[in-house]
Parts: sequence; structure tokens; C-alpha cells
Amino acid sequence: MLSVKEYLPMKSPDIAARARAFAALGDPTRLQVFQLVSRRPLSVADIAGQLPVSRPAVSQHLRVLADAGLVTCESLGTRNIYRPETDALASLRGFVDSLWDVGLARFRIEAEALARECAAPPPRPRKDRR
Amino acid sequence: MNARTEPDLTVRKVVTVDAPRAVAFDVFTARMASWWPMASHHIGQSECADVVVEPRVGGRWLERGVDGVECPWGEVLAWQPPERVLLAWRLNAQWRFDPAFLNEIEIRFVEVDAATTRVELEHRGLEAFGAQAAQMRDVLGSANGWGGMLDHYAVVAAR
Repeated sequence: MLSVKEYLPMKSPDIAARARAFAALGDPTRLQVFQLVSRRPLSVADIAGQLPVSRPAVSQHLRVLADAGLVTCESLGTRNIYRPETDALASLRGFVDSLWDVGLARFRIEAEALARECAAPPPRPRKDRR
Repeated sequence: MNARTEPDLTVRKVVTVDAPRAVAFDVFTARMASWWPMASHHIGQSECADVVVEPRVGGRWLERGVDGVECPWGEVLAWQPPERVLLAWRLNAQWRFDPAFLNEIEIRFVEVDAATTRVELEHRGLEAFGAQAAQMRDVLGSANGWGGMLDHYAVVAAR
């Protein structure tokens, strides 16, 4: 079997960013951290309080997520608050999104063509026509 | 609801077609090869000749190459013609069949009137791709990865 890259000779400026996003979510703990931050903005302490992970470990995971463009950090007094970066998520969903845009557009054409065929069979030649 | 704090890893699509529900269901499933972008979107070595959804729960979802070789994509999780079908997509980040990998694709066919159907599609579980960091890095990190596929789809769509 070919992998995607072997038969799709295309380029996109988005690829590296998307790769980092997917890769960053590859770690189960990091995925959990990301899911928590996705729900609402949280500090390192907030996250560490909800997962069996130390604060330094949480900070490390957040750093990777931030490098991947998945979360952004905002200083609020002495605390850093992390929130999801929606652009990166949009990029992550882009592939599947496009797949179905194209697929369903083509599906619609086919479904409507078949429906027309079923509804209106070609008229029989009229015998009285010359 | 604030979209900025609710990132969504589910893709939802709705398309309304001028076709009775039974026809829409039939085209989506039994005639998938008629609309699936096979030229760009297949995993076999040879050219893709057919895309098959076997019409039952547990039925396979696969592509068949012009050489007759079958490559599984997943299976049918729910089969309720003409109103609903739930497919398991088990192609992982490297586009290899992986029984442990799961994305769910649910398609609902809603009757608007006798000749019109609203098709609602939901592709769930995108975070599963994230659970495959190493492979993902290889595939997506290359210049020819998934991002490129988007461009290709745009070309196909424009035809």
C-alpha cells in the first residue's frame, strides 16, 4: 500500500503547522491537558489539580501545545492562563472537512441525477411522429 | 456559546438533495463509487475501481482496485435504510487499515418532502489521529502530506 505522500504530489503551506498539531496531541496526558484547556481557560495549577500530573509536567505539556500552536498563554497578574488557539484546531479539522465538502457535492449530483431518472423515464417514441 | 472556547473535533455537514430519501440512501451507500473522489482518495497500489459498503451491520467498507485487490477501510456499525447509516473509518494516520483505530461517520437521511432529502453527516473522533504522533509527524510533516490532499480535492471539486 502507498502512503498518502507517495501518490499525492501536492504542496500546502499549512502542512508543517498541521503536523505539529497532530503530533502534539499524540501524547495521552497532553491530549487530556488540551481537552481541559479546550473547555475553559485554565492555569497550570488548575490543570494539575484535575490530573494526576505534577505542575512542572503540566507546564512542559503546555509548552509543547503552545509550540504546536494549539494553545495560547496570557499573563494575568502572577498567573499564566492558557486557552485554546482555534486557528490550529481549524487547521486540524480542515482535511476531513474538505473531504466531505467534495464528497457530498459529488454525492448530490449523483443522487439528483438518479432521482430524475427514476421520476421521469425517457418518453417512448410517439408512433404518430414522422 | 463562545466558539473560541469550544474547539470542536467533529466535522458536521448538511446537504439537501432533490431526491427521495431511498434514492439518497442508495446513492450514498450502494453507489458510493459514483461520487467518492476515487482518483485522489484511495489507498491501494493500483487504480481504484470501486468503493463498496456491504449493506448490513458488520458489512465491510472497502475499496477494490482495478486488479481486484480489496483494501478495507472500515465497517458498517449501524444499518437503518433509508434513514441512517453509521460507518467506522479505520484508516490511520498512515492510511493503513488499523482495527484499533476508529473514526465514526454517521449519516442521517431526513425526509424534507417526498422528493427532497436533507443529508446530515457527522465525522467524529478526529482526536484519534492525534494519538498517533509518530506516524502523523511523518505523513503530515512531509511536503506531500494531507495538506496537499486539500489542494487536490479542490481540483477535483472544480471539475
